[in-house]
Amino acid sequence: MKIAKIIVALVLAWLFAGTAYALTAADRMLLSAGDNDQRIASIAKVVAAGDASAVPFLKSLLDDSVKVAGSKVFIAGADAVTDAATGVRVELPVNAADVVNNNRMRSELVSAIAALELQSPDVAIRMQAAQALRQSDAGDSTLTLVKNAEKTEQNSKVKSVLGEIRAGIELSGPDQATRLNAAQELGGSTSAQMRQLLVIRLQPGGETDPQVKQLITSSLRAMDARLAYYEQAGIVFTGLSLGSVLLLAALGLAITYGLMGVINMAHGEMMMLGAYATYLVENFFRNYLPEWFDAYVLVAIPVAFILTAIIGMILERTVIRHLYGRPLETLLATWGIGLILMQLVRTVFGAQNVQVENPGWMSGGIELAANLVLPYNRLAIIVFSLTVLLLVWTLLNKTRLGLFVRAVTQNRSMAGCVGVNTARIDAWAFGLGSGVAGLAGVALAQIGNVGPDLGKTYIVDSFMVVVLGGVGQLAGTVYAALGLGLVNKFLEGYAGAVLAKIIVLVIIIIFIQKRPQGIFALKGRSVD
Amino acid sequence: MISDNFTGSQATGGSHLLQPGVLDSSHGVVLYLEDITVSFDGFRALNKLSFSVDVGELRCIIGPNGAGKTTMMDVITGKTRPDSGSVFFGQTLDLSRMTEPQIAQAGIGRKFQKPTVFEQHTVFENLELALKTDKRIWHSLFGKLKGEERDSIHEILSTIALLEKTNTRAGLLSHGQKQWLEIGMLLAQQPLLLLLDEPVAGMTDQETERTAELLNTLAGKHSIVVVEHDMDFVASIARKVTVLHEGSVLAEGDMNKVQNDEKVIEVYLGR
Amino acid sequence: MSTQYQPFLLRMLGNSRWTGYAISVIFLCILIPVLNLVVPEGSLLHVSNYTVSIGGKILCYAMVALAMDLIWGYTGILSLGHGLFFALGGYACGMYLMRQVGVDGVYHSNLPDFMVFLDWKTYPWYWTGTEHFLVAMLLVVAVPGILAFVFGWFAFRSRIKGVYFSIITQALTYAFMLFFFRNETGFGGNNGFTDFKRLLGIPIATPEMRMFLFALSGLTLLLMLWMSRCIVDSKFGRVLTAIRDAESRVMFSGYNPLHYKLAIWTLSAMMCGVAGALYVPQVGIINPGEMSTANSIEIAIWVAVGGRGTLIGPLLGAAFVTGMKSWFTATFPEYWLYFLGLLFIVATLYLPDGVMGLAKKLKGKLL
Repeated sequence: MKIAKIIVALVLAWLFAGTAYALTAADRMLLSAGDNDQRIASIAKVVAAGDASAVPFLKSLLDDSVKVAGSKVFIAGADAVTDAATGVRVELPVNAADVVNNNRMRSELVSAIAALELQSPDVAIRMQAAQALRQSDAGDSTLTLVKNAEKTEQNSKVKSVLGEIRAGIELSGPDQATRLNAAQELGGSTSAQMRQLLVIRLQPGGETDPQVKQLITSSLRAMDARLAYYEQAGIVFTGLSLGSVLLLAALGLAITYGLMGVINMAHGEMMMLGAYATYLVENFFRNYLPEWFDAYVLVAIPVAFILTAIIGMILERTVIRHLYGRPLETLLATWGIGLILMQLVRTVFGAQNVQVENPGWMSGGIELAANLVLPYNRLAIIVFSLTVLLLVWTLLNKTRLGLFVRAVTQNRSMAGCVGVNTARIDAWAFGLGSGVAGLAGVALAQIGNVGPDLGKTYIVDSFMVVVLGGVGQLAGTVYAALGLGLVNKFLEGYAGAVLAKIIVLVIIIIFIQKRPQGIFALKGRSVD
Repeated sequence: MISDNFTGSQATGGSHLLQPGVLDSSHGVVLYLEDITVSFDGFRALNKLSFSVDVGELRCIIGPNGAGKTTMMDVITGKTRPDSGSVFFGQTLDLSRMTEPQIAQAGIGRKFQKPTVFEQHTVFENLELALKTDKRIWHSLFGKLKGEERDSIHEILSTIALLEKTNTRAGLLSHGQKQWLEIGMLLAQQPLLLLLDEPVAGMTDQETERTAELLNTLAGKHSIVVVEHDMDFVASIARKVTVLHEGSVLAEGDMNKVQNDEKVIEVYLGR
Repeated sequence: MSTQYQPFLLRMLGNSRWTGYAISVIFLCILIPVLNLVVPEGSLLHVSNYTVSIGGKILCYAMVALAMDLIWGYTGILSLGHGLFFALGGYACGMYLMRQVGVDGVYHSNLPDFMVFLDWKTYPWYWTGTEHFLVAMLLVVAVPGILAFVFGWFAFRSRIKGVYFSIITQALTYAFMLFFFRNETGFGGNNGFTDFKRLLGIPIATPEMRMFLFALSGLTLLLMLWMSRCIVDSKFGRVLTAIRDAESRVMFSGYNPLHYKLAIWTLSAMMCGVAGALYVPQVGIINPGEMSTANSIEIAIWVAVGGRGTLIGPLLGAAFVTGMKSWFTATFPEYWLYFLGLLFIVATLYLPDGVMGLAKKLKGKLL
């Protein structure tokens, strides 16, 4: 019975091989019903035929929406059932049975779809298909197809992935020379699947030829070295990325706390407001200017900055002004402000997190290796934080406002005597600090969910950055932020995320004992 | 009263005992600074400063702003550690290795430029806290004020003319009264060496006169170092004057000699 | 002035105010149990279990407020770690209570359910001895005390003060919270300890036990109040206030502020530990949420609202804020944070000495 079916399939395959054709009702039936071996043979036949129009049906099979009743095949979509042969909407017969796919069947389907999609004119689809194919255990059935695709492929990246797949299949091929060649080639790969293939070949029951074996071993070693290198590079990158987020979060604090001596516990809430401002702008663009959606971030940046700066100035004028010289009270009052802002956002936007979509140019990333992808949004934030840093530095060191701010913070009464409006400078400086917090919010909205508690998760960390870097030192803040980001990420590799964070906090606490003024604080005649 | 604390020449062999309260001033020198250098981020506040104060001497220190007067006080009282050089209390106590409380207990009292008293406490409590006694926790928790201690507080109260204010909160005193209270607190500590940073700043002429009187009576019993800007006041108390300039000693001698010193005139008037 | 030097006990009995406090607390410890247990439900005089549970909570919070007042109000050191010490005391007590559950847990194992869940076979080493009541009670004061001592020794020695100190204590609390959230830490992770069954072998969920714990909390609070009064009236207390107002003058007067700060800081942490230990059996749960930074800051507002540097003020503050919280969460839960936030602002801007200061001022105006 089984053998008979296979023979039938093989005969059919032979009959139709090489000729372009659309799926027939009989093909669909063969793909959907019957013995798994027979169905897999049918899949192989479809793949060999290289017909891209079969992809939708294969996908339907994969997501379990294909039903069989008698000799008819139906596709039960989300809202309608269609006859697979005619595409006409029909009622699903009561005796329709589900097509059940086991894991083996699924992986066959996945690689079949990928193989067919390799012929798509769209580079992105081809790349996706190639990667999916590499992910699945592509068998001999796809070798010819992959080889052909590799030959015609114009895009070098897709080509190299295809090359890997081909080499992976050839590695267990019959010809020793081909195997040697494949082992050599795979040494240049960084894909985890390819590494697995090499490892399997070295195990008993795999490669027997000593020459090939040796080559595989050395390729494996080269691959591991490269993987380890990329992994370290990846940690450095994520560390820098975390550091740049911390830098953004701490920059505003470095102004309000470091320069003005005002401890602002509502700083986290300012970031949260900046993130919600981004959310609002994003929504506005989605609804009213969808064709400009990719540019919404450029609008969100000034909106968030101005909004939080104004709120900051209002707070400074109404509350914080009365508490200068009383830092502990300022801490408590600003905490209270933070609570109110948090609850306000909850009342307006709800307690649930909201999602902010990245603009198109920020999704995706640069793939340097299979285990090292630099996401564009992270890259953008690194660039963004450095830009903000540069602007803040320029503002404080090269403008009159900066001169006044520094004058007021160093000697308030003297600055007042020489005609600086100290009250106004305080408001401007606090507004600037809050505005920078708003900018941090824009960045945070690009890498995670936005919720009313967003600020509280960053407040401890950003204070640690300022404390560690030394009060009143922009350079210290930068080193401390990037250093903390890197140390955190490196520790994560050994201890896990939570423990790493605890270790970092403990390290800071111990470090502060040694240098209470922070790493970069100036020594001076301290006035008690 | 003071001489009880001078232990004579029992530790002259150059061995530097770090025992608070045990002082050896047998050589007649109570304070000895040598080659003290302190710098803050490249700025040299003190530059190889050397000078000494004899037992029972009243020394005035003058100098323009930034001459290093306050930094010198900080070094003596342990607030600032010198980068190099040595500072000794008597022959044996290396002040650069002692903490502020240890130095205070060893017998150095300091009055700040800005009067620093405990504003929330009464005048009496201020003096009680300053009183020379066991200052460890246990004694503070369970110790009682002895009759003679009470007497000495009252004695000081009358010396500093604050008897009527005994139970007034120190924060409510006038500026001059705070200055006096602080001096009173120093007296209560029974120090061997008093460091006074501008003791008459903000005082009326009458108060200044009385302060001068007080210091004159204290000299001899205590060694006193006064930092002051008020030249008349300095003239009224000084026996020996040291002029500081840019972190080191510019001139030293009696008032007359100093006032006629070429370099001093240049520093004070030349610019 | 002469009263200042009488023995404390004599002075307290001689002071009508103090006798008043003592009598009122003892009264509460007898009257409320009677009103709750003996007077039938439905009667006007009946005190509901809900009221008792809030009352018990307030008594424990009042101890924390008192501890905070000693370190902040009197010594001028704002701690944002008192929630941590409170929770550590609670956890120490909770360990004992978990041991008392015995094999009555969901899995009927000798180990607490969360350890069974982690597939642990034995208690980890740091649970050693917690089955003994006395050991657990020792841990209640020792764990917060030792942590505070070690941390304080390093911090005060490096002259970390003011806001710096506050931020560092906040970071410490945050680190501990993250640590206790981990399941592998061995303290029940997210869920903490709950479902207690017995205390000293006696079922814990009975009205009698609840009343006993309530009365015990009241007496402990009274004891702490008396102890605090002795401290602040001694010269030790005056040194603390002096450190708050002019630390350098204290140093140059020959006191070592490090020792004084360390002593009061450690004592304050231990008081929080005791409060936490009394709190946990009354509310029936302890989890890492108690260590959140928000909780520790809330303690500060109890003290600020009541009046720093007075001993009764913080108790009133704790009672007021906790009472308002349960009223708000029952009626307008969404407005609670607005109220609390405003309280922070109003207390710091307009009530520098809290309600006690306000009362004093009003009294001064009327007379």
